[in-house]
Amino acid sequence: MATMRVNELAKDDLFWQIEYKHDRCTLCGRCVAACPFKAIEARVERRRKVISDDITPNPKVIFQTVPVIKQVVDEYNFCRGCGICEKVCPNDAIRPVRNPDHRFQAKYRSVTGDPFKRGGRNNLVTSARTLDKIKIGRISQMTDPSLDAQRHTFDLLAPFGRVLPPQEIPFEIKDGKLVERENTPPVRWIYPIIIGDMSIGALSWRMWEALAIATAYLNEEAGIPIRMCSGEGGVPVRLLKSRYLKYMILQIASGHFGWNRIINAMPDMVEDPAGILIKIGQGAKPGDGGLLQAKKVAKHIQEIRGVPKADLLSPPNHQGLYSIEESVQKMFLSFNAAFKFRVPVAIKVAASATSVSVYNNLLRDPYNIVGGFFLDGIDGGTGAAHEISLDHTGHPIVSKLRDCYLAAVHQGKQGQIPLWAAGGMGKGWNLAADAFKMICLGANGIFTGKLMLQLAGCVGNDNGKCNACNTGLCPVGICTQNPVLVKRLDIDKVAENIVNYFLSVDHELKKLMAPIGNSSLPVGRSDALIATDKAVADRLKIQYAC
Amino acid sequence: MCRIGAIKSRKYLHPSKALKLMRSQQKGHDNSGFAMVMQDLGGVFENYKDLPILSLACTDEGMRIADNILHEAGFVRIMQWAPETHPREWLKIEPMPNYIFLVLQYPKSYKYASKEEKEELLVDIRLKIRKALEVNDEGFVYSFWPDVLTLKEIGDPTDIGEYFGLWEENDELRAKIITAQCRQNTNYDIVRYAAHPFFLQGYTALANGENTFYEKNRDFQKKLYKGYIGFESDSQCFLYTLHYVHKILKWPLMYYKHVITPLPFEEIELREDREVLKKIRASLAHLEINGPNTIIGVLPDGTVFTCCDSKKLRPVVVGYTDDTAIITSEVTGINEILPDRDWEQDIYPNEREMVVINNDLEVQRWQQ
Repeated sequence: MATMRVNELAKDDLFWQIEYKHDRCTLCGRCVAACPFKAIEARVERRRKVISDDITPNPKVIFQTVPVIKQVVDEYNFCRGCGICEKVCPNDAIRPVRNPDHRFQAKYRSVTGDPFKRGGRNNLVTSARTLDKIKIGRISQMTDPSLDAQRHTFDLLAPFGRVLPPQEIPFEIKDGKLVERENTPPVRWIYPIIIGDMSIGALSWRMWEALAIATAYLNEEAGIPIRMCSGEGGVPVRLLKSRYLKYMILQIASGHFGWNRIINAMPDMVEDPAGILIKIGQGAKPGDGGLLQAKKVAKHIQEIRGVPKADLLSPPNHQGLYSIEESVQKMFLSFNAAFKFRVPVAIKVAASATSVSVYNNLLRDPYNIVGGFFLDGIDGGTGAAHEISLDHTGHPIVSKLRDCYLAAVHQGKQGQIPLWAAGGMGKGWNLAADAFKMICLGANGIFTGKLMLQLAGCVGNDNGKCNACNTGLCPVGICTQNPVLVKRLDIDKVAENIVNYFLSVDHELKKLMAPIGNSSLPVGRSDALIATDKAVADRLKIQYAC
Repeated sequence: MCRIGAIKSRKYLHPSKALKLMRSQQKGHDNSGFAMVMQDLGGVFENYKDLPILSLACTDEGMRIADNILHEAGFVRIMQWAPETHPREWLKIEPMPNYIFLVLQYPKSYKYASKEEKEELLVDIRLKIRKALEVNDEGFVYSFWPDVLTLKEIGDPTDIGEYFGLWEENDELRAKIITAQCRQNTNYDIVRYAAHPFFLQGYTALANGENTFYEKNRDFQKKLYKGYIGFESDSQCFLYTLHYVHKILKWPLMYYKHVITPLPFEEIELREDREVLKKIRASLAHLEINGPNTIIGVLPDGTVFTCCDSKKLRPVVVGYTDDTAIITSEVTGINEILPDRDWEQDIYPNEREMVVINNDLEVQRWQQ
C-alpha cells in the first residue's frame, strides 16, 4: 500500500471544487488572471495516451506533458466559489462546484490556530425569513377606498431627529397662531430607507463613491431624499467640504477612525451633515468591534484615518462609556454641541435581548438629545467578521424592532425617538416589501447595506459563496483596496443600478400603501399585516391568517 | 357609509328636526340605531344651564349604582327628567328599562373649586359610573356635563322616534345644537357606546368614514388622558384628538386639521409657518387620520365645524339660513329641514378646508 498523509488538506476538504474541462480549455489564462484568491494556477500534468498512427491498428502508449489549470489546495489560497473564473472563461471550461461534504472550517482552524473569518453573511439560513411569513392582509376596497398609486400623492418621509411630545414644544399663541418661542432639537424628514453604514475602508473607494453618486443623484434628480451613512472610518475631505455633505450621515464608532479629519474640516463645511450616527454595535458581529485587516488599509485609508498600515480594530465598546446615561451625557451632548445642535445625533446598536432596556432608557432621557435608535439585526453586516460571530451570535431584527416599538407604546412615547431597523432588509430582493412590513410593525424607517453591494455586482450569497470581504481580494472590486481589482467595478454602472433600484422601490412602496388606503407612512399599523405562521403572529402581536 | 348631521340654530329646536334630517338620507340598512347629542338646552332643562346633566340608559339596579356613586361623591339631585316612552310590540327597538337625565348640583366641597377642577370631577364620576355599570351590564352613561343631553338607542330610527315620542314636537325637549346619526357601527360589535356622536367634556364629534390609522391613534391616545377610553368605534379617536388638541394642548381650532390631515411636505415647505407645521406633524404623527373621513365637531362654546380627510373621500354639505345652519352628509337632509334657503349658498367643503359656524351663526371657511 502506498504511503499517504491523511491529515493533510485535500481537494475533497474544500468548500468548492474546481471542475475543469481539459478538452474545452484553450489555455487562454483568463481564469488564472482573474482569480484574486490564487485558488487556481497553471500547471502541467503527465498524461498517458494510447495512439495508433498505422493504417492498421497498432496501439502504442505515449506519455505527454500537458498544461492544465489546477485548483490550489491550501488553507490560505482556497477557492471561495465566487465563479469569476466561470464568468471570464470563453469556453465553459471551468467552474466551481459546491462540495457538500467539505470539512474546511475544521481543517482551517486546526492548521492555522486562528478563527475562520469571512464576509458579512450569515451562512446558516435554515428556513424562510420571518418577513416572508408576513403579508399585507388589509386591502381596502369598500369601506375604505384604495388609493391610486399613480395619481394620488404620497408622503414617503420619515423623521430623523428627536421628536418632542407636543406639550414640550415651546409653542405660544400669537394672533391666534402657534409660533415657536425657542429652538427645538433638529428633525430631518428623509426617505424611510437609508443606505446603511459601510465604511470607506471596508468598501473600495470606487464602490463608496458610486454609493455617494447614487445618493446625490437620487436626491437632486429623482426627488428621493435618501441619506447615506458614511460608516466608521472617515470621509474624503473633498466631500466634507462639498454641498453633498447634507446627504451624508457621518458615523463615529468606537475606533473614532477618521474623526480627526472630520473635526478639522468643520470650519470649511458649507453644509451640515444629514446626521451623526454613533455606532455602539452592529448586527453581524454583535459585541465585536470593527475589523479592517492590514491588507485593506491602503494608502488613502491611512490618510483618511491617520493610521499606519496595520490591522484596524475598533474596540467592542466605546472606551470610557459604561452606561446608557453616560452615552447620552458625553457622546450625544458633545456631538450635538460640535454642530451647535443643528444636526440630529442618533445611535446604532446591535439588536439584543437588552435592546428594549436601552431604548426605554433613551426615551426617558431628560435632555431630549437622542435623535434616533438604529437597531441592527443578526442578518446585518457587510464587513469582515469571525465566522463564529456571523453565524452564532446576534438577535433577529423583526421581533426586537416590534418589542422596542411596543415598549414605546407602553410609555406613550412612540415616535419620539425614531426607530430605524435593519438586518437582512432586501435579502429576498424586495426591499420595498421588507421596508413596508417593518414600518407597519413600528419602524420609522429601515437601513440597508448588503443589498447595495449586490446591486453593484457582489457575487456572494448566504450559502457560503464568495464571502471573502475580509480578504481584501474581492473579485468584483467592491470590498477591496487592490487597484487592479477595484478597476473591475464600473462606478457609473453601479450608481445607475442603485438609482434604478430605488426608483422601483419608491414606486413599489406607493403600490403597497395604495391598497391599504394610506398616503403617509403606516408606522405602527400592524393591523395591516397578517402572519401565515401562528408563532410569528403571536410573537409580533399581529393577526394570524391561514 | 355613515350619514351624520348637525343642526345649529338661534332658536330652540325639537329633536324631530334631527330625525327628519337623518331619515331623508337613509340608505339600505341605515336602520340599526339612532343617537343624538343635544347642547344648549331649552325646554325643561332651560333653567339649569350651569348644572351638569347625567345621561343614562340603565336597569333599575344600574340606576341604584349610579345614585350611590353620585351620592357618595356629594352630588345633589336637582331635577330628573325621563322621556315618556311608548312601547309597542311591533317597534324594532331594543330599549333599556330606564332612560334618565339627572340634573345635579356639584358637591358642596366644590363650591369654590375652579372650572377645571369641576370638569375633571365630572369626567372622574362618569368613568366611575361607567365602570360600575359595566360589571353586570347594568347600563350606559353617555355624558355628564352641563347643558348637554345624550340619547343612544339600537333599533330602527323611525321606531326609536316613535318609542320616545320624538316625532311629535313639544316644549319639553329642545336645544340649539343637535348632532345626530342614524346607524350603529359596522366595524365592530353593536355597542351603544359605539354610536356617534361621541362626547367628552363639552366636545362632540361625529364621523363618516373609516379611520385606517385607528390602531395608531388608539395606541397613542390611551396614554394621553384618562377620559380616552372605550374605543368601541374607530371614530372615537377623532373626538379624543379634538379634545387633546383644543382642550389639553390649548391650540387654536385651526390646528386640529393640521394634526389629523397634515399637509404634504411639498406644501408645508412653501408656507411661512413650515417649522411649526413640521413640528406638529412629527410630534403628533400618531394622531393623523389617513382613511376616508368627514368629521363634524362641536366645541364647548357651541362652535360647530366640519372638515374632511386629505383626499376628500367622503361627502359633506353645509346649508344655512339666517337663523339655522346645518352640516350633514347629503344635501337631501338640508332640503328637508331648510327647503327655503338659498341653496346657491350651500358649501361643499374641500379637502383643505374647515367650515366653522360660530355662535352668531356666521359661517366661516378656513383654508388649512
